[in-house]
Amino acid sequence: MTSEEIREVIIDILTDIAPDEELGDLKDDVAFRDQLELDSMDFLDIVMELRKRYRVQVPEEDYGELASMQSTVAYLEPKMQDLEKA
Amino acid sequence: MYDTVIIGAGMSGLAAGIRLAHYDRRVCILERHTTIGGLNSFYRLAGRDYDVGLHAVTNYTAKGARKGPLARLLRQLRFRWDDFALSPQIGSEIAFPEVRMQFGNGIEVLESEIARAFPSEKDAFATLLERLVDYDELNQELYELSTRDVLNEIFCDKLLIEMLLCPLMWYGNPRERDMDFGQFCIMFRSIFCEGFCRPFAGVRLILKNLVRRFRSLGGELKLRSGVDHIHVEEGKAVGLVLDDGQEIEARQIISSAGLIETMRLCDDVSEVDTRHAGRLSFLEAMSVLDVEPKEVGFDKTVIFYNDSENFCWERPDSLLDVRTGVICSPNNYAYSGEKQTLPEGMIRITAQANFEHWNNLDEEAYAAAKLKGYGEVVASAVRFIPDFRSRVIATDVFTPTTIRRFTGHDQGTVYGATHKTLDGSTHLSNLHLCGTDQGFVGIIGAMMGGVSIANRCLRGRESPALEGGA
Repeated sequence: MTSEEIREVIIDILTDIAPDEELGDLKDDVAFRDQLELDSMDFLDIVMELRKRYRVQVPEEDYGELASMQSTVAYLEPKMQDLEKA
Repeated sequence: MYDTVIIGAGMSGLAAGIRLAHYDRRVCILERHTTIGGLNSFYRLAGRDYDVGLHAVTNYTAKGARKGPLARLLRQLRFRWDDFALSPQIGSEIAFPEVRMQFGNGIEVLESEIARAFPSEKDAFATLLERLVDYDELNQELYELSTRDVLNEIFCDKLLIEMLLCPLMWYGNPRERDMDFGQFCIMFRSIFCEGFCRPFAGVRLILKNLVRRFRSLGGELKLRSGVDHIHVEEGKAVGLVLDDGQEIEARQIISSAGLIETMRLCDDVSEVDTRHAGRLSFLEAMSVLDVEPKEVGFDKTVIFYNDSENFCWERPDSLLDVRTGVICSPNNYAYSGEKQTLPEGMIRITAQANFEHWNNLDEEAYAAAKLKGYGEVVASAVRFIPDFRSRVIATDVFTPTTIRRFTGHDQGTVYGATHKTLDGSTHLSNLHLCGTDQGFVGIIGAMMGGVSIANRCLRGRESPALEGGA
């Protein structure tokens, strides 16, 4: 998966978690917490969706890497580069 | 073999079920009753729909809000705001003999009412609001502080303290006389800072959405399936035996039956600790009117009344105590959709009642007491709102024994045991509590409670879930 595809995966997950959000204007360099008010429960969901959909494991000590879109894509790139987007 | 069996198809059990089923757990919800909802259910009588439990959904925040329990819950259950179709209240009131205070959604109306009715307490109220912001809702030690001690420290005027406590105790306090400060903070935010709302179609809309979602994720719901006991081996729950003898195996169990009620189900517990048993129960008088309540002059969503300067929150020594009560109407919300006018007027009035007294009546005496109780409750309430009795075309009453029959709660309690287990843990590592005795009250709170326990199970850890919050 390319970094652009990983970004789409994250957008898909966010669309499921927060169906009322307009994600077209999401700023990649601003924390999800500040833009969308996501909290620890929502981050748990992002992690679990990655596991459910792509069997990607994110250990709890790495949750901080998922702060913004930019950091999430950078963190997931090595883990997901050999996977096909579903 | 199920991954998780959930006891009770109320708001908390259904919400927990959705979370677990979404993450591919094999989940079964067992409900003793013939219908779902538990404490918040509905029924049909003589061609009319009645709601029980729900007067108002608390924790209202408008569409687009990202903060607060409602927004967090919608994300956790993946519903759109519109799925619950919540319409806000039109305004509520705390009514004492000499003073009345209005409040609406958001703290502003109450703040200005306090400045008007209790000008010398304006700053003290600001101090209380600061304390509420700082309160950490999952700290069990802080949770159990005495609310009366805290309020006596902040306010000088006893009447204001009673008036603030009245709605908050009415909508979620299992303790008599005093209130856990944690419960107070949760209730204060959900009622005074956020506020009341209701789906036009009532509680059934929310329940139907929950069940539809749960089933679409592969969850199983079994009605008429009461649990006789939970079988425990070597410190672990290994399965459940139903009333009809059927055995069900489960890796873990989540029970919304209540703390004491759940302990009694466990076959390794020979003596159940009942020190924290709740004792508070209610009677509700429901009146159907041939006009909108507004037309007879009742134009509030909810009125919490008390007929003296002292608010007594305790179990009466008789069938009924009508000194304090709650009057509400499902008609009095700002419904905005087309054709969103209820076909008839409805006024519901709740008063405190004693379970033992009601439970001791024989069938004939019970029917007579219901009739008499209806009259007493309504007569008490019309001291605070215009007399609507000439417009009544149908009535119904539920009592503490009705509540026990539908919820299985000992003593017909609505708010459960007086001691809450915020993290839902029990003496068994794979048995968790959710719902009322986890300290989460209200419709949104109950669902959030179920979500927090499901998350704890999904993380597969024994440490307290830090993501709760009603």
